[in-house]
Amino acid sequence: MTPSDDPLLDAQGVAKSFGAVRALTDARLTLARGEVVALMGANGAGKSTFVKILTGALQPDRGHVRIRGQSAQVGSPAQARRSGLVPVYQEPSLIPDLCVADNLRLVDTPVDGFRHWLTELAHGDLRLDAMIRDLPLASLRIVDLARALAMRPDVLLLDELTAALPTDLVDRVLTVARQQAADGRGVIYISHRFAEISRLCDRATVLRDGATVGEVDIAPGIEDQVVEMMLGARIDLGKRAAAIARPRPEGRPRLRVENLAVAPKLVDASLALHPGEVLGVVALEGQGQDELFDALAGFRTPLSGRIEVDGVAAGFRHPADAIAAGLTLVPGNRAEALFRERSVRENIAMPFSARPGAWGPLRMRHEKARVAEAIERLQIDTRAQGEVQRLSGGNQQKVTIGRWLAHGVRTMLLFDPTRGIDVRTKRQIYPLVRELADQGAAVLFYTSELEEIPLACDRAIVIFNGRVVDMVEATEADEERLMRAAYGLTGSEGAA
Amino acid sequence: MSLVQRNAWTLGLLVLFVVLLGVTRAIQPGFGVSGLESLARAALPFAFATAAMAVVVIVGGIDLSVASMMAVCSVTAAVLMQSMGGVPAILITLAVGTAMGLVNGALIVLTRVPDIVVTLAMLFVWQGTALLILASPGGTATDWMRSAITGSVIVDGLPKALVLVALVVAVVWVPVKRSKLGLAIYATGSDETAAYRSGVAVGRTRTLAYGIAGLFSACGGLGLLALTGVGEPVPGPYLLAAVASVVLGGVILGGGIGGLLGPIIAVFILRIIRTILTLAAVDPNVTTIVEGTIMVGVVMFGAVLVLRSRGAGP
Amino acid sequence: MSDIHPKPAEHVAPLVRLGRFLKDNPVIPLIGFLFALIGILELMRPGIVSVFWAGNLIKFAIPLAMLAAAQVLTMLTGGIDLSVGIVATCSAFVTATLTPLIGPAPAMLVAMGTGVIVGLVNGFGVAIARVHPLIMTLGTGLIATGCLQVYQRFVISTGTDIPAVLEWLGTGRSWNLPNGLFLFIPFAGFVLWLMRYTGFGRLLFALGSNEKAAKLSGVRSWQVLMALYVLSGLIAALTGLLYLGMIRAPSLSLAVPLMLPSVAAAVIGGTSIFGGRGSFAGAMVGALILRVIDTMLTLARMPEGARIALFGLIILAVTALYVRLSETR
Repeated sequence: MTPSDDPLLDAQGVAKSFGAVRALTDARLTLARGEVVALMGANGAGKSTFVKILTGALQPDRGHVRIRGQSAQVGSPAQARRSGLVPVYQEPSLIPDLCVADNLRLVDTPVDGFRHWLTELAHGDLRLDAMIRDLPLASLRIVDLARALAMRPDVLLLDELTAALPTDLVDRVLTVARQQAADGRGVIYISHRFAEISRLCDRATVLRDGATVGEVDIAPGIEDQVVEMMLGARIDLGKRAAAIARPRPEGRPRLRVENLAVAPKLVDASLALHPGEVLGVVALEGQGQDELFDALAGFRTPLSGRIEVDGVAAGFRHPADAIAAGLTLVPGNRAEALFRERSVRENIAMPFSARPGAWGPLRMRHEKARVAEAIERLQIDTRAQGEVQRLSGGNQQKVTIGRWLAHGVRTMLLFDPTRGIDVRTKRQIYPLVRELADQGAAVLFYTSELEEIPLACDRAIVIFNGRVVDMVEATEADEERLMRAAYGLTGSEGAA
Repeated sequence: MSLVQRNAWTLGLLVLFVVLLGVTRAIQPGFGVSGLESLARAALPFAFATAAMAVVVIVGGIDLSVASMMAVCSVTAAVLMQSMGGVPAILITLAVGTAMGLVNGALIVLTRVPDIVVTLAMLFVWQGTALLILASPGGTATDWMRSAITGSVIVDGLPKALVLVALVVAVVWVPVKRSKLGLAIYATGSDETAAYRSGVAVGRTRTLAYGIAGLFSACGGLGLLALTGVGEPVPGPYLLAAVASVVLGGVILGGGIGGLLGPIIAVFILRIIRTILTLAAVDPNVTTIVEGTIMVGVVMFGAVLVLRSRGAGP
Repeated sequence: MSDIHPKPAEHVAPLVRLGRFLKDNPVIPLIGFLFALIGILELMRPGIVSVFWAGNLIKFAIPLAMLAAAQVLTMLTGGIDLSVGIVATCSAFVTATLTPLIGPAPAMLVAMGTGVIVGLVNGFGVAIARVHPLIMTLGTGLIATGCLQVYQRFVISTGTDIPAVLEWLGTGRSWNLPNGLFLFIPFAGFVLWLMRYTGFGRLLFALGSNEKAAKLSGVRSWQVLMALYVLSGLIAALTGLLYLGMIRAPSLSLAVPLMLPSVAAAVIGGTSIFGGRGSFAGAMVGALILRVIDTMLTLARMPEGARIALFGLIILAVTALYVRLSETR
């Protein structure tokens, strides 16, 4: 086999676990010379872990990554660079407090090549003594890309590069990437945007649940097939019949949001949430849903817009304010909500002690009863007594929900509560959410797993590029419809 | 913060210093060349302690053991000078200081315990070491060492001590800052993840930065010895002063921003405030309180600034 | 990702299991270690261990354990209080110099007031300006030293007097045990109760364990930190009173040498300097251990420098070990 017959990059059987969570089980990707391959997958499919392994920032548990046929493991980002793979990450890997020229020097980038690519990318007038910190996000992406191109990499990996770019720059980037392939190099392209993928890529590799489930050649009308692959055969999570048509609630909403903008990603969100209603939120990663939930929970101050609780305008400066107004958040990352070294009981009872008036002796009996009730209702497995970090992921998640059950629920903000937990726990969470609503609570429910929308929600809003672009009734919310909406393929924004 | 803005900060400090000099003259018209010389002499150990602190703060850490390392170096040199010539004693002391700094850095990298905790523990280890070398003040400094920081050089009013600080900092720091290592130090302090992704050997960079801090601490210890003439095993009040000078000098706690010039000017500002208070016949103990309050105030102000910038950042 | 039966990690390496056990029950191995040290001491100097010796050991461990309480409480939140030594000294000095002027009880009240003031300044810096507690408490310690020196010049002529009750507490013995226990046992009971059975104690653990999660639960951390540093100042001032009765010679650096061992005692006692985990019972045993080590070093004619360096190394080694243990979970 001559070297030129080897694929530029060949990753086979890559697996990676973080504790009990298996992020990757069998990820595969090959890239030949002259090729642009799209790496696709729904939220939580394992894309970001796979990228980290490809670029040497993480080591796989099993499997191998070969660059130009070299079987040596890619031990670090520096090593990956030396073997010819240069990535442009989602978050620019430029040093904020150094000027552009110093950032080039740091990785021994030839300045002439860099200037050439800057010009190609419509940034010819950028000063090399400009501080990275002072550059707008779009320019950072371009600098990062030009720096990568100047290294003349055999494999260029572009991770969500175009997310912050205006349309004309996107065109330039696509042209440059295509040119790379034409010169006999290879490009791995990661994006949520079908429009770009169908213009640029030759093939798409699709990840689902940590494994590569297929490779397709890009052709017109391929979107539906890819969407299907990303969804795959699903486990039956409960009765589909759960999605019964409920009339839109009348009267004053518990929570009303109008034209809310929150830095950096939420541009314009409006919604109304009524008592007894479960409103789903559908969005791909990073469309502004994090900012929406953070603002509602008092973690971030909105740039503009209005939040009303029970018809009264609310301005939250601290989560304590939001809790006082009845808005309680279960965050997406359990680690942010749990006191790992403390007991289940303490974790659940923490809000009881929050106010200075409650700093005195603990009301043991009261606390015990409320905590026991929450544990009972959620069926938390407390056999592993003691530290909460020794519980399984599902039980940990139940603790974060149980905290607010014990405290009392008026408006529950659930941010992806089923991410990375077992099916049995998931099945317990949907009816619980419904039950809360039936008892008069209002629930805002973001989930990265689309099949949950009809199971738990009455209706769902879709957020794309920082805006609420669509509203879907649960009865019409099959996954394909939701997936297409989430990818901006329907709704008012179209394929932006 | 742009390049111009950062220079503006240093320039502002310089202007403040000149204004304070004017104030000093207004209070005490006799304040002249000799006043300036003694100011520079008194500032010498503070300036080196601050330079040491600045380097580790730029790399994203902090070194609480600076004053203790200075004490070790001061007694080491004082003891060695009794048995060998001044020059070999100084060279050995500089090596000892660098080695101590490297040990600090290596411990931080290897144990993965945060900088502030490791150097707190090492503060006591080095302090104990100094006491083991010399249980009470003793030893001597060579005469030429003492005269090296006394008086003026070239023209009257240009204190030797000031020239010495400028020279040492220039010889050590300027080549480092221009080199790849300097770049790596700033990169690591600015954004460690991005630096790692760009292929910077983060652990080695951090260790070397602590080594440079050790070298500056050794200079500080030698300066202290030249100033007092005896080796002093008990660490002086240099830690808080160094942190305050670094913050006042425009180096952001957290790393990546600033240089060494600003902090050293800040040292002179804090020193001249003390001179002014003394000339104004303020009780020396009250002077200590005022000084302490200013330093704590500066550090608080710096912390609030960091908080703001983080809150407003993306 | 979709494991039907997620198992809690059952296969745990023996070292990790040992680490867990030690983390859960730091007091048990510590007491064993204490007795081992006492055994070695007896071997070094046969006949040294006696009831009287034990009483003395406890007597001198009490002020150390009290200051260690201040360290444990602040460390629970990921902080530290380096001003305790100077605060205790201030409190002792103020009491001794004011007693001839205004009587013992008011003098002691003023002394406790100094603790509150320093605590408020520390609390402001840590909780509101968000200065690292290490730097902040170091700074207030420096200012307090200056204040004490100025104060000394005003009272230098008035002479000193030590309240009888403090002398009784500090030097007296009942049934072979130091009277200091009459203060210490209620104090220790209070600290243990505070940590375990009050909302405030729970919040200290919470802030150190996960400040973001505490915020999410509606805790305004500045309120807690403010109260904490005032409490720490009060504990230090109280320790100063007891120590004054014990040493009976007020000076400007009376309790300063206790600061480093108080940190070491807390760390040895299983309190994490990073917050979220701590035990006052452990710190008490830690204080006893340090006193025994002190005796051994004195017997071995170890110089002061070796003692300080050794305490520094102990802090570093225990902390590094803790980091290792919690990484391999």
